Amino acid sequence: MSERSNLRLIILGILIFSLFATLLSRLFYLQVMEGDEYRSAAINNTVREVVEPAVRGLILDQAGRPLVSNRTSIVVTIDRQELKQQAKDGDEVITRLAKILDMTPESISERLLPCGTEGAPKPPVCWNGSTYQAVPVATDVDPQTALTIMEKRSEFAGVTAKLTAVREYSGPFDVNAAHILGYLGPVTEEQITEQGDSDSYDRLRRTDSIGRSGLEQNYDTLLRGKPSVTTLEVDTSGQVTNTLEQKPAVSGDYLVSTIDAKLQSVVEKQLVAAVQRAQRQGYPGDSGAAVVVDVRNGAVLAMASYPTYDPGIWVGGVTQKQYKSLIKSDSLSSNATQGLFAPGSTYKIVSTAAAGKEGYSLYSNYSCPKEVNLGTQVFRNFESSAYGRISLARALEVSCNTVFYGLADRMWNAAGGSDANRDSPDPIADAAQMFGFGTPTGIDIPGESAGRVAGRAFKVQNWEAKRDTWCANAISGYPETRKTDPETADFYTALDKENCADGFRWREGDALNASIGQGDTVVTPLQLAMAYAAIANGGTVYEPRLVKAVMSADGTVVERIAPTEKSTLDLPKSTIKFLQNSLPGVTTDGSGKTPFIGFPLNQIPVASKTGSAQVTGDKVSTSWFASYAPANKPRYAIVMMVTQGGTGSKTSGPSVRKIYEELFGVNGTTVNPNKSVLVGGAPSKSLPVIRPDGTPLVPKGKMSGVVTASGSD
Amino acid sequence: MARFYASTSADRSLVGAGSRAVTRGQGFWRDLDWILLIAGLALTVMGSVLVWSASRADLASPTDPQSYLKRHLINVAVALILGYIASRLNYRWLRAYTPIIYGASFFLLLLPFVPGIGVTVAGARAWIDLPGGLTLQPSEFMKIAVILMMAALLSERKDIETEPSGRDFVLALAAAALPIGVILIQNDTGTVLILGTVAISVIAVAGVRTRWLVGLIGGAVLSIMLAIQLGLLKEYQIARLTSFISPESDTGASAYNANQARIAIGGGGLFGTGLFEGPQTQGKFVPVNESDFIFTVSGEELGFLGSVILILLLAVLLWRAAIIAWKADDQYGRLVATGVLAWLGFQTFENIGMTLGIMPITGIPLPLVSAGGTSMMAVWIAIGLLQTVRLHEARADI
Repeated sequence: MSERSNLRLIILGILIFSLFATLLSRLFYLQVMEGDEYRSAAINNTVREVVEPAVRGLILDQAGRPLVSNRTSIVVTIDRQELKQQAKDGDEVITRLAKILDMTPESISERLLPCGTEGAPKPPVCWNGSTYQAVPVATDVDPQTALTIMEKRSEFAGVTAKLTAVREYSGPFDVNAAHILGYLGPVTEEQITEQGDSDSYDRLRRTDSIGRSGLEQNYDTLLRGKPSVTTLEVDTSGQVTNTLEQKPAVSGDYLVSTIDAKLQSVVEKQLVAAVQRAQRQGYPGDSGAAVVVDVRNGAVLAMASYPTYDPGIWVGGVTQKQYKSLIKSDSLSSNATQGLFAPGSTYKIVSTAAAGKEGYSLYSNYSCPKEVNLGTQVFRNFESSAYGRISLARALEVSCNTVFYGLADRMWNAAGGSDANRDSPDPIADAAQMFGFGTPTGIDIPGESAGRVAGRAFKVQNWEAKRDTWCANAISGYPETRKTDPETADFYTALDKENCADGFRWREGDALNASIGQGDTVVTPLQLAMAYAAIANGGTVYEPRLVKAVMSADGTVVERIAPTEKSTLDLPKSTIKFLQNSLPGVTTDGSGKTPFIGFPLNQIPVASKTGSAQVTGDKVSTSWFASYAPANKPRYAIVMMVTQGGTGSKTSGPSVRKIYEELFGVNGTTVNPNKSVLVGGAPSKSLPVIRPDGTPLVPKGKMSGVVTASGSD
Repeated sequence: MARFYASTSADRSLVGAGSRAVTRGQGFWRDLDWILLIAGLALTVMGSVLVWSASRADLASPTDPQSYLKRHLINVAVALILGYIASRLNYRWLRAYTPIIYGASFFLLLLPFVPGIGVTVAGARAWIDLPGGLTLQPSEFMKIAVILMMAALLSERKDIETEPSGRDFVLALAAAALPIGVILIQNDTGTVLILGTVAISVIAVAGVRTRWLVGLIGGAVLSIMLAIQLGLLKEYQIARLTSFISPESDTGASAYNANQARIAIGGGGLFGTGLFEGPQTQGKFVPVNESDFIFTVSGEELGFLGSVILILLLAVLLWRAAIIAWKADDQYGRLVATGVLAWLGFQTFENIGMTLGIMPITGIPLPLVSAGGTSMMAVWIAIGLLQTVRLHEARADI
């Protein structure tokens, strides 16, 4: 054999064996180095899950009455993938469907558009769920229509009508509680992405509905329970080859709310009554809120917001038209927890507390002129009344602004006046923080507003945020406005020049305004209720709670939710005592007297403070009535407010009185706890009993709120 | 014709051996390359088990999950008999009948073009329909025929101990080019590439002048580039060839195959899922995993350890082929063994390489392991021919 042949054979051999070495190293890399990654890819390939959502937990009131329950409803859904395969993208199917559902074709097709696509309406009308999930377009369809849809498959391709579990929001006593309970919506793509690569069987899936607001959102995981999941192994054709795992469903937990359905119903009606009272006086009375809390633990017994809406509207999704009217009515947000309003004179408890803490005498007399003149600005009393020299308690009773102006001015001067820097003391703002203003209360529903405490710190922050704009405007001098209206431009330019230069300064006028809850200070009605509850209970600001316990569907207690203290009032005992002793006088001899004429104040003394907060522009003042009772042994704090509602005592006061009457069982001048709307005259100490079949044991007879065939007991 | 009878010393010894029938029989079993035989048998057994695993679910008849395996085992039996016959052949006979073998193979190769007989599988019109639901892939036999023909043509001048003449070179090239052209028309790209490398390897080891060899390799590379440039290759052929570079980016069928194959192999890990337990295999996520993608079954169910054994068995087979080529005492035997070595070596690399994502996807089987009767028979015949070369050399030693 030639040398050349030998050499080439050797080269060929080496070549082939090096190719084999390549195969081995590649194999090592794929199987040993990266094996885990491919293994999970293989599992994704072959494993399918059949998921049945668990029965969602009920939300019960404090006595065990269901506020939210489940029912079955015939829901019509549309599979968009299948619809697209029909002629004209399924337009004809939609037209036919609209006709038998008595809807317009547009109201169906708008629901099918995924949010963010061209021409899609805004959430929640547009489809926010997964591409592969059928979109519900109608609920509570009558069985006859459902049968028609299911029988004529060719005419209704892609449309399905089937029995589905939906939420039932019609609680007893016509309770609304929309802002407390919240509603469900399809899970969004973002929420799916957020949970990352989770492969736990109770993770969120694209077909899930989840709480979108209120308790439904806050306690969503507990309420949802765990789905039943059957894990199947399939082949490429989707044939089941093996059952790998079966997990039974775990029913969602029940929430035992602190809300009492009957009291809630009373409060909702009384809020509407207050609004109507404002409107009868010729005021717009456009919105309002009412809160009833247990001062001893922060439990929210009732909370209402006006205007409200029917929470059942969300079941099965809303149409564009429904959503537009919801937005227009301004009823989606809760005025009790999200609305921000100037507290007006109800804030004087804060100024009083600050004065007490700073060592000003709470028992001296102070002069109450009709106005205070700072040279640049005049600060007046309500209706420019003057009372001469009066005690501080009396100043609270008659709500004399000028007394508090005087105190605020002294504190402002003591801190250094105009020359104070950002670290100088600011007693009123500090006291406000102590009462919980300016920070969220921590209530167990989402979306709460923090509010704002006007003061030196706020002023500086605000200036730092807006300085650049102010200074830029001061230099440019509003060229656009100047073309048409040079005078206004001059005014704005001067204002911005001043703001640019020393907008951070906490001026004397600011301090005076802040002392009576005007100016930049805004609070939520719930914050105010918690502040008054803190005075009532001797100094503890609780985090308000809407849920007192979580129970499993079989009736065992999962968790009792203990009261949480948010802060304590760091005040001398004498100051709290002073407030506790003075506020009942407002109801007996002061601005809160009128609505309580004839109320058995000797048996149930009521501590209160009215407020008629000024609002910028030429709007009517906000009517506030903040209170707690019995003043000698405090149990409940009630705050009610109506925007553009006039005075506190005329508009909100009578409704607050009515709520106290229902709470304590007042009839004329007699007090009978058995006549209270609360079963047993007080919030239940024990938890409701849930029968083995999952139905709660509700109070008997009329107290159940359910109208029975026999009428009343 | 006469040159096929060119007498060699080896031939003479064979004639001598033929006269001693008894010793020859003993000599056959004694001189056989047992390592080669055992490696081949081990691969065939391992392959049958893998074919069983891959075919149980869907290829077998509903009443008998072993039906596909049984068919495979019949093919194996036929292949072993053919292999035995091939090992019993002698050079003289072989060289005498090479033109007939070549001609018959070429005739078979043309049959797929005949309507009613030809069958198209995976885009390649390379199969013949046989009665009883059997199919035959003539290009497999063509590989043997090309090796034998080239070896015969290029070992012509052996006695003078010079390199093959230009005429031999061109003739040998033509012997390879003719079927390559036909197979190219049949769209069987994989077989074209294997035959091309086999032809170049045989010509190289035949000792042709270096510049001819360089010219040949250069020409082959150039023509592939030209084919792509001029659009002679169809789009899907290019897609097939390039999709392995970035399989995740392509969602076409061949990329799907590449991806699923890698998931199966990668998912097997070190120890594998166990036989019959691979989700990718049993769920048929990897297409044709009983034949072209059989290695994915090994990768998934037997894991890295099992697959290394499989590759090492193939390596042993090729090592024996290389040794037989090296020790062959004549040009003819060396070239036959070289052809088989190149064929099985490159085909193994291409087949396993495509399942590992380092080679383009082409429709060629893994020698001795994949289901597919024609391939099984052709490879066992090739092993038989290796034994013939070995026995020839062993007898020459006597």
